[in-house]
Order: sequence, then structure tokens, then C-alpha cells
Amino acid sequence: MIIILNSSVILYIWISISLRMLVYTNIGAQLKSFFIEIGELSYFTIRFFKEVLKRPFEFKELIRQCYNMGNRSLLLVGITGFIIGLVLTLQTRPTLMEFGAVSWMPSMVGISIVREIGPIITALVCAGRIGSGIGAELGSMRVTEQIDAMEVSGTNPFKYLVVTRVLAVTLMLPLLVIVGDAIALFGSYLVENIKGNVSFMLYFNQVFDSLEFGDIIPATVKSFFFGLAIGLVGCFKGYYCEKGTAGVGKAANSAVVFTSLLLFIIDFIAVFVTDIFYDL
Amino acid sequence: MMPNANISNREIVLEIKNLYKSFGDNNVLNGFNMKLHQGENLVIMGKSGSGKSVMIKCLVGLMEADSGSISVMHQDITKLDQKALDILRADIGFLFQGSALYDSMTVRENLEFPLRRHTKKFGEHIDTEKMVIEALSSVGLVSAIDLMPSELSGGMKRRVALSRTLILQPKIILYDEPTSGLDPITAKEIIILMQDIQKKYGTSSLIITHDVDCARVISDSMILLIDGTDYAVGTFKELSASEDPKIKAFFKQ
Repeated sequence: MIIILNSSVILYIWISISLRMLVYTNIGAQLKSFFIEIGELSYFTIRFFKEVLKRPFEFKELIRQCYNMGNRSLLLVGITGFIIGLVLTLQTRPTLMEFGAVSWMPSMVGISIVREIGPIITALVCAGRIGSGIGAELGSMRVTEQIDAMEVSGTNPFKYLVVTRVLAVTLMLPLLVIVGDAIALFGSYLVENIKGNVSFMLYFNQVFDSLEFGDIIPATVKSFFFGLAIGLVGCFKGYYCEKGTAGVGKAANSAVVFTSLLLFIIDFIAVFVTDIFYDL
Repeated sequence: MMPNANISNREIVLEIKNLYKSFGDNNVLNGFNMKLHQGENLVIMGKSGSGKSVMIKCLVGLMEADSGSISVMHQDITKLDQKALDILRADIGFLFQGSALYDSMTVRENLEFPLRRHTKKFGEHIDTEKMVIEALSSVGLVSAIDLMPSELSGGMKRRVALSRTLILQPKIILYDEPTSGLDPITAKEIIILMQDIQKKYGTSSLIITHDVDCARVISDSMILLIDGTDYAVGTFKELSASEDPKIKAFFKQ
């Protein structure tokens, strides 16, 4: 009896130690690969800033990418913004009515959309639309040796493919955020007009009265960083894509996942820094 | 075994000495040597994963060798800076295994693309249109000038890729599996095209292939790449008559 009890205790200890080691090893390996990736992405970012100032400048490709990314994301950003404006107003209205504060609706919606919801929602939509697109496009170019062909022909593929795309997203995202914000506010106005018979002039006068430069400038600066993150991560994942079609899918997928996480981190830092400036 | 005596007297345009390349513990190239002479068609055969593609990528600077020297037209490419390497690359054409045409560009734009960085070679006022049509007509595909790569068949893609290689008027052409993935008739057409190009432009060619028929038709001399080394060097006739079991295995197909 004692022998059976002892052996089962030993077996229990052995299993629990093994499981713990397995978990620790797995987490350790995952952490290691995460930090390696962060290091490689940092090197990639430094290379981007070095190459961006070097000649020759690929203006034609930059304009083409700006058109592709800006124009083709407009509808998606517009629809998302419109729905966000509608939903935000519809859901907030009953609560504000309870406190008799429904007249604060334009100010509340204006500030929340311009400061936070507009930039982050537009950036997340663009991470899905543009980030995955860049990851898949560059990934498939890597797998089919098109990037190698470019290099052999004497063109710097990093400059032609990466620099132009990252610059294009960085420049286009703040513009898309402005358009998205405007459409979201219009969506909110429609609800207010239908439910509370508020006029266009009154609604937007209240919105602009409540907004300050301190709301608009941090949001715009933040949008540039969001664009930079989307472009850099998408290009990084695609440019160093693993061989095979599975690699392309993985590049596109991880570009979206990694960018989304990074967007929230940037957002947190931006809000934190802005808060420090407000306190000053 | 020695390559064709007539060819071995000509100028050496490409030479590899003691090339080593490994990926972790996997030693892919273990002291590989080769010489390509002016106007020669040199075929390199080896099993899958034997390091043929790694070797050819080291030749154009797409990969960095661990050690050894690679001399292209008397310039050691391992010691060249990026600018000098890009200038030298204008004299080396590279036909990729999967054609590697730019998906987002038309055939015309694919051919114009290499010209944009090599205005020094042809002068600032180059007639791009004329050069594109000339390159496409040499592969018989002028009619495909405004098509997208997705609209072309595998054989057509290979021919367009070949014309893109020719547009820079290279002195050396590197072919990475030029007939792989093609049906026997199209593969034969590509081989004939390669011979025509060699005759017309007098280029030197380094051809990497598994295709014994391609090697028999096109090669002036051959190298068998086994265990990362130049295991056997000679003409097709000499190597196919060898009694060495490792060499014999290549010609059993």
C-alpha cells in the first residue's frame, strides 16, 4: 500500500514538473522569438529612415501607392465612420436624456470621435485593409523571386517597394482619419436631426465650439504614427516572408495582428504624452 | 576530364574559386570551383538541394558567400560596393526559375523596368520603345506587349522573362532551371531560343538544370555539383560515358 502511494506521489511530482518545464520552455521560446522579431523590426525601421533620405526618390511609385491606399480605402473608412457616428449617438442618447444633458451630445460625440474613436477605428480598418494587402503583396513578390529580380536589375527593392509604401500609408492615414471623422460626425448629426430635430448649423456649431487645437493636433500626430506602424509592420512581414504560399498567408495575417497590437500601444503612449502636456 | 579545348583557350568571363556557403549546420557549398569562358554554354547539374540555386545567387550578389572568390569579368564581386555591383549587374542577365515577372506591371513595363537604372550604359536619351520591341521580337512575343503576366501561359512568361533579361544586352546570362515546369514541346522551344540568343548576341551562358535533354543539346561543357563540390567536369559526352556510379545516376533518367 505504502509503495503504491509513494509511487503515485512520485508519478504526480514527475508529471507536474514535466508539465511546468514544458510550459516554461514554450513560453520562453515564444518570448525569445517575440524579442528577436522586435529587434529585427527595429533594424528594419532604422533602415527605412536611412533609405528615405537617399537618392533616387521614387516619386511616381509613391504617388501610385498614395492613390491605391488613400482612394481605395475611402469607401471602407467612410462606411465605418458613418456607422460609428450613428451607433455612438443612438446608444448615448437615452443615458444623456435621463440626466437632461442631451444638448451636450454634439460636444461629447465631437470630442470622443476627434480625439480617440476616429483615429483608432480608421487605423484598425486600414491595418486590415492596407497592412494585410502590403504583407500579402510583398510576401508573394518574395516567394516568386520578384524582389530578387528587382535587385538583379539594379533597382534597390527596399527603396522601391518598402519606402514608397510606408511613406504612402503615413501620409494617407491622417487624411483618411479626417474624412472618417467628418463622416462619423455627419452620421451622428443625422440621428440628432431625426430624433431631436437639431439643425445642421446648430449641431456643427456646438461640435466646433467644444473642439480645441489641443484635441485636433495630438490626434493628427497620432495618426501619422499609426500610418507609420501599419506600413512598417506590413512591409516587414511581407519583405521577410517565409517560402511558400503558406508563408504569404502567414505574412498577411501576422501583419494585421501585430499592427493592431502596436496601434493600441502607440495610442496608449500618445494619450499618456498628451495628458502630460495638458497638465503642464 | 577537361572541357572543350577550343573553348578553354578563350577569355574567362566568370570564375569561382573555393566557394563555401552554409546555413547553420548544413554545408551547402564545400569549396566549389568553376570557370565560364567567352561564348561558352556551361551546364551545371545537381540533385535538388545540392546548392545550385545558392551558387547562382552568390554569383549575382543576392546571397553572401561564407568564403571564396567570385570574379565576374575580372571584378571580384565579393569586394564590390553596392553601386559598382549594380553597374556590373547590367552585364549579367538572370532568368529566374519561375520567370519572376512583376505581377502588377504589363509586359511593356516589365521590360522597361531594368532600363530605368541603367541609363549610363545606353545614354540618357534611350529609345525605350524601340528596345522593348526589339527584345520582344527576339522571343517572338511582340503581340503580348500590353498584356499582364497573369494573361500569359507558362512558356510565354518564360519567353517574356528572357526578353527582359536581354533588354540590358548582357554579356553573361544565368539560367536557373530554364525548362522546369514546362511541357516537353515548350521546353524544346525555350532551348532553341537560348541557342538562337547565344548565336545572335554571342553571350556566355551558365545554365542550371535537371533536364538531361537540355544539357545534351545546349552544353559545351558540364559540371556535376555533388556534395557542394565540382565533383565532375567535362563535356556531356565524356560525363555520360563515365562509369562512376554518382555520375551515372544523373544520366539514367
